[in-house]
Amino acid sequence: MQVLPCPFCGPRSEGEFHFAAETGKTRPDTTRDVSAEKWAAYLFDQTNEKGVTREIWIHLPCAEVFVMSRDSVTMDVLGTETLRKLPT
Amino acid sequence: MTTKYSAISLLREGLRGQSGWSKAWRSPKPGAAYDVVIIGAGGHGLATAYYLARNHGITNVAVIEKGWLGGGNTGRNTTVIRSNYYYPESSALYGLSVKLYEGLSKELNYNVMFSQRGMLVLAHSEPEMEMAARNVNAMQLNGADAILMDAADVRKKAPLLNYSKDARFPIHGAVWQGSAGTGRHDAVAWGYARAASALGVDIIQNCEVTEFIREAGRITGVETTLGPIRAGAVGAAVAGHSSVLARLAGFKLPITSYSLQAFVTEAMKPVIDTVAFSPAYGTYFSQSDKGGLVIGGGLDRVPSYGQKGNLPVQEAVLAGLVEMAPVLAKVKLLRHWAGIVDVTPDSSPVIGPSGIEGLYVNCGWGTGGFKAIPAGGYLFAHLLANGTHHEISRPFDIDRFVTGRLIDEGAASGIAH
Repeated sequence: MQVLPCPFCGPRSEGEFHFAAETGKTRPDTTRDVSAEKWAAYLFDQTNEKGVTREIWIHLPCAEVFVMSRDSVTMDVLGTETLRKLPT
Repeated sequence: MTTKYSAISLLREGLRGQSGWSKAWRSPKPGAAYDVVIIGAGGHGLATAYYLARNHGITNVAVIEKGWLGGGNTGRNTTVIRSNYYYPESSALYGLSVKLYEGLSKELNYNVMFSQRGMLVLAHSEPEMEMAARNVNAMQLNGADAILMDAADVRKKAPLLNYSKDARFPIHGAVWQGSAGTGRHDAVAWGYARAASALGVDIIQNCEVTEFIREAGRITGVETTLGPIRAGAVGAAVAGHSSVLARLAGFKLPITSYSLQAFVTEAMKPVIDTVAFSPAYGTYFSQSDKGGLVIGGGLDRVPSYGQKGNLPVQEAVLAGLVEMAPVLAKVKLLRHWAGIVDVTPDSSPVIGPSGIEGLYVNCGWGTGGFKAIPAGGYLFAHLLANGTHHEISRPFDIDRFVTGRLIDEGAASGIAH
């Protein structure tokens, strides 16, 4: 059982986490025409990095959505960054 | 030297102290240039080389492999061969594969031990029985063999399973495909390698691609750890590492790599003579000729290149096995491993031009590449030889992600990936 870090709850069992997506994609500007190729690239293409990756994860019990940096070969966790912004 | 395997050659070599057997395949140094270079000496790569030589007369071919022949997913699967898919496109593809497997041992003069022992896909509720009936109808319309069984029929096929009304998922019936079965995975790689080598194909192991050679925007070869190799066309059949090669070439694929785990138990007396799969439990198993149960399940839902599995999935798969057949609860595991599978958004493979001239891809088979080896090789060879698709591979071109004409077998036939 691997222990993964949640930025809100701290270290928790891997079964509580859900991998959501790679980071780095920007949704095409839908106020303009978007070509089928651009949509396809946005929807389907993956970097699928071997080695150090940055991914969006969700800690299901507390619903925290955050970025986890990880090594996709060794499965070592390199760090997390919260995506939460404090109220102003 | 004795090259052909037969009862007579076995007898002759037995009398000669087994001294005359030739090596199953040659291990040449890489040449400077080939008509076709195939990256990846797994089942798909080796089958592609074989069919290039046999079907298209193209024998100036090299298959290069960074590790050893058949050491990736070809040597890491659960050996199931089947064509119980939903869509006509898939039915044509996997149907071709089963048909080629049926004649393969004879054709390759190598026993791939294809045993058509049939496969049960269990249905555990009334609604699942309705979906099973729909699947059976679709398969029959597509010309694939499939029968809807009730619980009594299933019990005759596999008395080992849990028929208790108190089971977490009681058995209501199953989709039966009698032509499905298992094969000897290593033998498929070795048989294709031997047959391809005999036709003149160079198989070069421990040779990793480090870069693509380009001229005027076209890929014209590969730089490798054993030096540059020029090629008229390059075909990549590297499963879980397809994205890594795509990155070297400068494009992206709609693929995520995951670990898929499998398990073998200690050998025991025969307890099941078919393949049993329960989508509800997320577990399937069969019994090898040696007696071990070969067990598989869903993939680890964490992108990985690690060739190792995580514990929660192991627990889910093995708990599923014990629910499916409680009598197996005390059986001990002998081995456990994982392979890196290349999963597409629609759980169907990608066969076609890569988008960069000179480079073609055969990937995206996900958790089901082994069953498709003969068809994958047959169709990829057609593509590499002609530059155009065979009609069976056309729907699996990468352009389907742009046109939107996906072949969503993940949803349609409930594949666990």
